[in-house]
Amino acid sequence: MTEFDAATAAVQAALDAGARYADARVMHRRYESMTARNGDVEELTQDESIGIGVRALVGASWGFYAVPDLSDTAARDAGRRATRTAMASGRVPGPPVDLVPAEAVTASWASGCQIDPLGVPLSNKGDLLVDATRTMAEHGADLAEGLYQIWDTSKWFVSSEGHRIDQRIRECGGGISATSIGDGETQRRSWPSYRGQYGTTGWELVESLDLAAHAAQIAEESRALLTAPLCPSGETDLILGGEQLALQIHESVGHAIELDRILGWEAAFAGTSWLDLAQLGSLRYGSELMNITIDPTIPGALGSFGFDDEGSPAVKRDAVRDGRWVGVLAGRDSAAMASLDYGGSVRADGWARLPMVRMTNVGLEPGPHTLEEIIAATDDGVLMDLNRSWSIDDKRLNFQFGCEVGWEIKKGRRGRMLRNPTYTGIGPLFWRSMDMLSGETVSWGTPNCGKGQPGQIGHTGHPAAPARFRNVRVGVSA
Amino acid sequence: MTELELAGQVVELVRRLGGPGAQADVVVTRADLALTRFANSAIHQNVAESTVGVRLRLHIDGRTAAGSGSVVAADGLRALVERTLAAARLCPPDPGWPGLTAPTPVPAAPPVDEATAYAEPDQRADRVGAFVAAAGGLSTAGYCRTAHRSSAFANSAGHSAYGSSAEAAMDGIARSGGADGVARFAADRLSDLDGAELGAHAAAKAQAAADPVELPPGRYEVVFEPAAVADLLQNLSFYGFNGKRYAERQSFAEPGAAQFDRAVTLVDDPLGASGLPFDAEGTARGALTLIEAGTTRAVAHDRRTAADAGTQSTGHAVAGGATWGPMARNLRLSGATAGPASATGRSTTGAAAGAVVDADTAALVTGVRRGLLVSDLWYTRVLDPKSLVVTGLTRNGVWLIEDGVVVRAVRDLRFTESYPRALGPGAVLGLGARAVRQPDRVDGAWWSAPSVRLASWHFTGGASG
Repeated sequence: MTEFDAATAAVQAALDAGARYADARVMHRRYESMTARNGDVEELTQDESIGIGVRALVGASWGFYAVPDLSDTAARDAGRRATRTAMASGRVPGPPVDLVPAEAVTASWASGCQIDPLGVPLSNKGDLLVDATRTMAEHGADLAEGLYQIWDTSKWFVSSEGHRIDQRIRECGGGISATSIGDGETQRRSWPSYRGQYGTTGWELVESLDLAAHAAQIAEESRALLTAPLCPSGETDLILGGEQLALQIHESVGHAIELDRILGWEAAFAGTSWLDLAQLGSLRYGSELMNITIDPTIPGALGSFGFDDEGSPAVKRDAVRDGRWVGVLAGRDSAAMASLDYGGSVRADGWARLPMVRMTNVGLEPGPHTLEEIIAATDDGVLMDLNRSWSIDDKRLNFQFGCEVGWEIKKGRRGRMLRNPTYTGIGPLFWRSMDMLSGETVSWGTPNCGKGQPGQIGHTGHPAAPARFRNVRVGVSA
Repeated sequence: MTELELAGQVVELVRRLGGPGAQADVVVTRADLALTRFANSAIHQNVAESTVGVRLRLHIDGRTAAGSGSVVAADGLRALVERTLAAARLCPPDPGWPGLTAPTPVPAAPPVDEATAYAEPDQRADRVGAFVAAAGGLSTAGYCRTAHRSSAFANSAGHSAYGSSAEAAMDGIARSGGADGVARFAADRLSDLDGAELGAHAAAKAQAAADPVELPPGRYEVVFEPAAVADLLQNLSFYGFNGKRYAERQSFAEPGAAQFDRAVTLVDDPLGASGLPFDAEGTARGALTLIEAGTTRAVAHDRRTAADAGTQSTGHAVAGGATWGPMARNLRLSGATAGPASATGRSTTGAAAGAVVDADTAALVTGVRRGLLVSDLWYTRVLDPKSLVVTGLTRNGVWLIEDGVVVRAVRDLRFTESYPRALGPGAVLGLGARAVRQPDRVDGAWWSAPSVRLASWHFTGGASG
């Protein structure tokens, strides 16, 4: 019995039990991670998981059931149980559910991969982390940590509308961090970001990061930060490096434009959104430099795919154009409820999880400047980079972010390092203050986006480049 | 095949394929997890899964690797063992390997409520329906969850153990004019979840949270309700009472030092509710006092951190623990044994009536001259792990207290605060008597706490910045 056979059997069983629509995803995921600390491998973990998840729609109510068994009997039982669960949902029914049309395609898709990451010998991968963490320890880090992670996911999707899609997506990445410990606090520097950079690529991404070459510098910087002056408190011009801006986009734009949040479906947990659908197309989100796209077609970016997890093809769309809010992340049912005509952003964290609205690649189009031009144009400000902490309210408005490192900017020059840099603001006010944007774009990968109940971890991408924001409150402390 | 038989089969495979020198520990877990989720007063997501997982950790020729999988057929188990053996042989040496747990008695777990373990979707839906109905027309959102785990441990030192657990939880909000009220509770039995009572509480709080005013940032005396206190316990556990972080000098914990107010006694009590009686290394779980009357007594250990510290595992090993460290995830903050049992006067007034839904909190509120009543905390993130400075926001209701009375709703505030400092000597002005069990995002973990009155909490921003 093939994976497609199992999915087809599950869908048919769901329909036979009374569903008016059903789909099924078989997923086979292999995962590998290694962590190293202070020159030794700390932990090697490998996981292999196979199963099927079935989604059924009865009337206006959904049900979902998942099992780690692809036998015909188990698949059919899962389909029936999904329908039965949907019927139970009908005891507390909502408004009618429609699905925006999606062409029933038969297709295959695979992400690009030059070097199969699971095929690289473990000893080579271990040596990479051991060498880098040993170098950091030798250069003053009290805690020198390295990490890589690999996911190799194959999935087979079948729907009662006739979809039949298989995909293979390989993702990997890694990074290193140096922590120095003082009497009352710790300081950390990472490369290229804390817990690393990730993409839908092969091992060539990790090789390109050249972890060992950056180990000594970040270790020395983490030590130096212990005695660096504190980031001053007050309002100033803020320059964000690309990695931190990627997180800013993720938290204050990506989540805010998720249609399920806007519709209230996440109200009790992840939260809602400050955005009102009545203002779609007219609301000024940011300055005219702000052009944000939803683009799952970017080769190698972490949020890329051929089709989302309800069979919609990857399509690039605008979310913010010239500072105006024009698009959302949607699924077929949420889009129909909002009278929109596109889905395309629904994914599930494995076979045992319900597909839900997730970010794909949500990022900024390049701007006209360079980081050096931005610094040169800044008379008095702070440059911050590499995220250390992030917190934002349930409407995605009020945020406070901490970075690993800051640099004083005086009269167009980068000065001394600053420790414990933080900044805070309100999303749209902050984005409207962006007056310079670099074109040095990198598609940063975020492999740990939490959402949903039961919890799901999403993999998202965020093209971003350094940018300047005016009159931002910095230096918040306890 | 039972979980124990499967675990034994994997141990035997390791012996056969890896030789007599291979050391292995194996955990097999079957889980039936279901969650009925509602929003806009309707069930919109309703999921269930029946899963099985095998986790193998092995040590051979001085090297260690871990593997896991969902395939429990004979060929799947063999593949798991083969690939984990291959991985271990390619790993660098592991000089810190602490060895396997020797055969030791494991306590009996609390009995499992079968009705909860095998609850039907209709039963969860009916509780959701009761919550929605009790909210009196307010928009509602949340979930009702049931979970059942059946787990076995076996290792090549001859130790084995079995246990099972069941849990039910409900977490919901009611919404009134942009203001939310929350009710949240975890129990061993689904029958102990009263959807109507929880829905009524959430609705009362939502209505009391209407028309909030914005207050300037600054230091305020606070009364935290159990949902907010749960966040304190989680962060204290993960960052402070974690034996790995303690060994790395990233923790604030100093065993033997009076780091907290004398009112604070904190115990990890995994068998105080339905739970598995052993950890990921097969070590028996039991109560561990972390703070006793303000004095830090212990941190949580697994076998690796315990060996480093020259002590014994406290039964807190988790999968992935070599990286993340041992975790205490069943914390109980003891309530006051004497003190405010009931309010002596009114604790709310006017539009804020309904903000206080229990006598414990009412009693704490009556002692506050000027401060804030906080229902819940949200999106808390650590700025510095050693001082445990955390930023986050209030959520699901904040109210101003003046002269012992809740007088009006307040807009959400951002805070930046050191948790150990906020609970430090002299900082805890009162505790409720009754601890309320709060569910974690994952079943099996919970945080039980009464309401708490603190002398000072640093709010660093208002809703508008």
